[in-house]
Amino acid sequence: MEPVIFEERQTQIHRKGTQPFDLACNKDSLAGAVSQRACVFCGSRVVLYPIADALHLVHGPIGCAAYTWDIRGALSSGPELHRLSFSTDLQERDVIFGGEKKLYRALMELIERHSPKAAFVYSTCIVGLIGDDLEGVCKKVSKKKGIPVLPVQSEGFKGNKRAGYHAACQAMFRLVGAGDTTGISKKSLNILGDFNLAGEIWIIREYFKRMGIEVVANITGDGRVDDLRRAHGAALNVVQCSGATMDLALMMEEVYGIPHLRVSYFGVEGMAESLYSVARFFDDPEMMARTRELVREELAELYPRLQEFRRALTGKKAAIYVGGAFKAFSLVKAFRLLGMEVVLVGSQTGTPADYQELHDITDEGTIIVDDSNPLELSSFLKEKDVDIFVGGVKERPIAYKLGVGFCDHNHERKEALEGFVGMLNFAQEVYNTVMSPVWQFVPRKVRKAA
Amino acid sequence: MKDHNAPYTSTTNACKLCKPLGACLAFRGIEGAIPFLHGSQGCATYMRRYIISHFREPMDIASSSLGEKQAVYGGGPNLKQGLKNVQSKYGARLIGVATTCLTETIGDDVPLLVREFRREMAGGNGHEDLPALVTVSTPSFSGTHMEGFQAAIKSVVEQMAAGGPATEAVNLLPGFVSPADIRYLKEVLADFDLTGIILPDISETLDGPAQDDYEKIPAGGTPLKDIRAMGRARATIELGRTLFPQETAGRFLENRFGVPWRPLGVPIGLRETDRFFQVLEELAGCATPPRHDLERGRLLDAMVDGHKYVFGKKAVVYGEEDLVVGLTAFLSEIGVRPVLCASGGHSGNFGEAIAAVTQDLLAEPPLVREGMDFYEIAEEVEALAPDLLIGHSKGYHLARKWGAPLIRVGFPIHDRFGGQRILHLGYRGAQSILDRIINAILEKKQQDSPVGYGYL
Ligand code: SF4
Ligand code: SF4
Repeated sequence: MEPVIFEERQTQIHRKGTQPFDLACNKDSLAGAVSQRACVFCGSRVVLYPIADALHLVHGPIGCAAYTWDIRGALSSGPELHRLSFSTDLQERDVIFGGEKKLYRALMELIERHSPKAAFVYSTCIVGLIGDDLEGVCKKVSKKKGIPVLPVQSEGFKGNKRAGYHAACQAMFRLVGAGDTTGISKKSLNILGDFNLAGEIWIIREYFKRMGIEVVANITGDGRVDDLRRAHGAALNVVQCSGATMDLALMMEEVYGIPHLRVSYFGVEGMAESLYSVARFFDDPEMMARTRELVREELAELYPRLQEFRRALTGKKAAIYVGGAFKAFSLVKAFRLLGMEVVLVGSQTGTPADYQELHDITDEGTIIVDDSNPLELSSFLKEKDVDIFVGGVKERPIAYKLGVGFCDHNHERKEALEGFVGMLNFAQEVYNTVMSPVWQFVPRKVRKAA
Repeated sequence: MKDHNAPYTSTTNACKLCKPLGACLAFRGIEGAIPFLHGSQGCATYMRRYIISHFREPMDIASSSLGEKQAVYGGGPNLKQGLKNVQSKYGARLIGVATTCLTETIGDDVPLLVREFRREMAGGNGHEDLPALVTVSTPSFSGTHMEGFQAAIKSVVEQMAAGGPATEAVNLLPGFVSPADIRYLKEVLADFDLTGIILPDISETLDGPAQDDYEKIPAGGTPLKDIRAMGRARATIELGRTLFPQETAGRFLENRFGVPWRPLGVPIGLRETDRFFQVLEELAGCATPPRHDLERGRLLDAMVDGHKYVFGKKAVVYGEEDLVVGLTAFLSEIGVRPVLCASGGHSGNFGEAIAAVTQDLLAEPPLVREGMDFYEIAEEVEALAPDLLIGHSKGYHLARKWGAPLIRVGFPIHDRFGGQRILHLGYRGAQSILDRIINAILEKKQQDSPVGYGYL
């Protein structure tokens, strides 16, 4: 049989300890490989989607909108306009004669119907080709309707998800600065890069509240247009996840001088360190004391229960393949806390610096991989005999077909995994997976025993 | 009330999917086949995720992964490179190349590119290893996933079937039904002692057993040699009333190779299944085998036992046109009143097909609407006040808001377990749908009742 690794992909795979580390990444996906990657549009959609009082209109043929209808568990405490899937559903004649008129009418119609606070108009591949003047139509509608109507330049073929994050940040940045910032506390921040999956941002907001910090804007989980517009009034941006909203933080830093901190709410170390770093930023001894107290309380509750899981899970093997590398860091640490060994770690969109960091925190023999595909992943899973594989919904059937446990750590998760309580949920899920009796019956194990 | 002559410009919560998705599903039911999308990466990834969430099976779709450069200068080189990679890494025996909106718009001539690819490969020494290459044009800006599915089947037949000495086989083109449905059809053919060629056959490829090794391409699917022999079969049974005014794979086989064409409705419910069995009896030259007769008898018995629970209940049915036609036929037979038949598709034949299967049973015909989205369906629901909804899981929001039970059928089922194992066809399928409908009505009644009856 042919080796399972495409030759052209050799440089995107590394086994720690075998040779000097130099992982190629950020390449275009290889034609013909079944890449797990998505498109620019997907990146933009993921970031902007949770803004719950905005209209999200996908300008293009139906598929791009249909596949992103209410697929994520990004919760809202109020309006739920984001859960509807709007499309211009371009038809042949639009492709030939242009889709501007249809876009204009669709926007007018939908804004009238739903009275959103703002509208995002996503460009898809076709729109990039037929050359519709999105900017022009948006301007016209904005003037007529008196709300911001923002084009998102997310033509799918113009790069990968990361380019989509950038386009989303540019669109949001046009909102920032328009609102009134009077009354915002000096001890305030914006939460960037949390999408409120399973209500996670509420957990984080509660921590900040206990520390005595005002949260100005959620960007974008449980997000609101008006909050975004006054986000420049905050003293700090805390940014989770390496890719998605970093560009916005950088733009706000440049224009409004708002500094940013990179944080992670996943795993005990990440969570505690994130809160401490915020407290250090505000340089307020009382706040630091409150933060210490918060962490102490949470840990006192968490640790005894984690120990139980740890006893059962020590020595089990985990594999990680996620969208962004930053999440991978947290996962590596979280598995360590559970006494588990990480034997494979990879991401769809990591940067050289990300991979260097992964290389530094993993053990010898760990496989590090960029932009992988089902064939590769399945061969790694088998080779390393893993007990649990963490990935997105596209990876699940690979694991299950081989009789390997799986944990969805992606946008479709329904359990909160952030914060201290999230670590407990995570441990519980890993435990429920790894300890299930079903694995002993699957062909992979039966054959080995025979 | 909304004016149906002035439909909305925008689409909200579509009740259809895009065309290449259907093509990918069709190709997936062929032995050793890999679906291949000529376009940018995003489309393939989205479709994979959508399909996987329903079947809970691996679903590899290769892509030519076009970027900005290729979108401007043409995707030929990427297509060829991609085909080569799929061939060498997957060992595909057939690659089904479907276009996307992107490549249709830039105007890549895929059949030409594939011919070039064949020639170039023959120039090397890999000729004998070259997989079968089938191309199909599937721009989503003209047509839905069902049209993509049918177009792919037609392309496969047109590009692969050959004539020759007649065989005993019967071609069966079932359309997009579940793996459980395909298993059922196989069983029926076997009980009639008929050799069937079912295209596509997703019974194993999209509902396979646990594996020791990850299979690059799942086992099962219609064998290539069978597809090649379809021009020599005794007859072609093709299912789906809304298809027939158009050119179909079955009609092609008749025109080109003289294989008699037997178009039928999808066998859902009593009478559509009767029609199906009647054709099988003719072809097999024997009566319906006793076990299927018994199943029919039990279905009738259940229809009698349950008639009071369902009589006069109003139902909204939505989804793929031919599935809706079959379900509506069955509902009319059991005394449920279909009040709206809705589809995102627009074959132009939906109304006629519904009328054909319900005319003699319904005093009042249902509203039949093509090209609907869920916003429009919701508006109708408000006005029609149905007691139940029947369709795929994307109608859940509506059912929840309206407070009526949803009977989940078809594709996709993203919020329940076992969608790939739902049986819709035949007497047996009708039996299970009937059970589910009645139980849904009883459950609702029980829940809503302050008494809490333990006997219903
Ligand atoms: S571009 Fe066309 S093929 Fe691709 S997802 Fe959108 S509708 Fe489907
Ligand atoms: S690649 Fe283009 S066409 Fe496909 S889903 Fe993304 S934006 Fe839509």
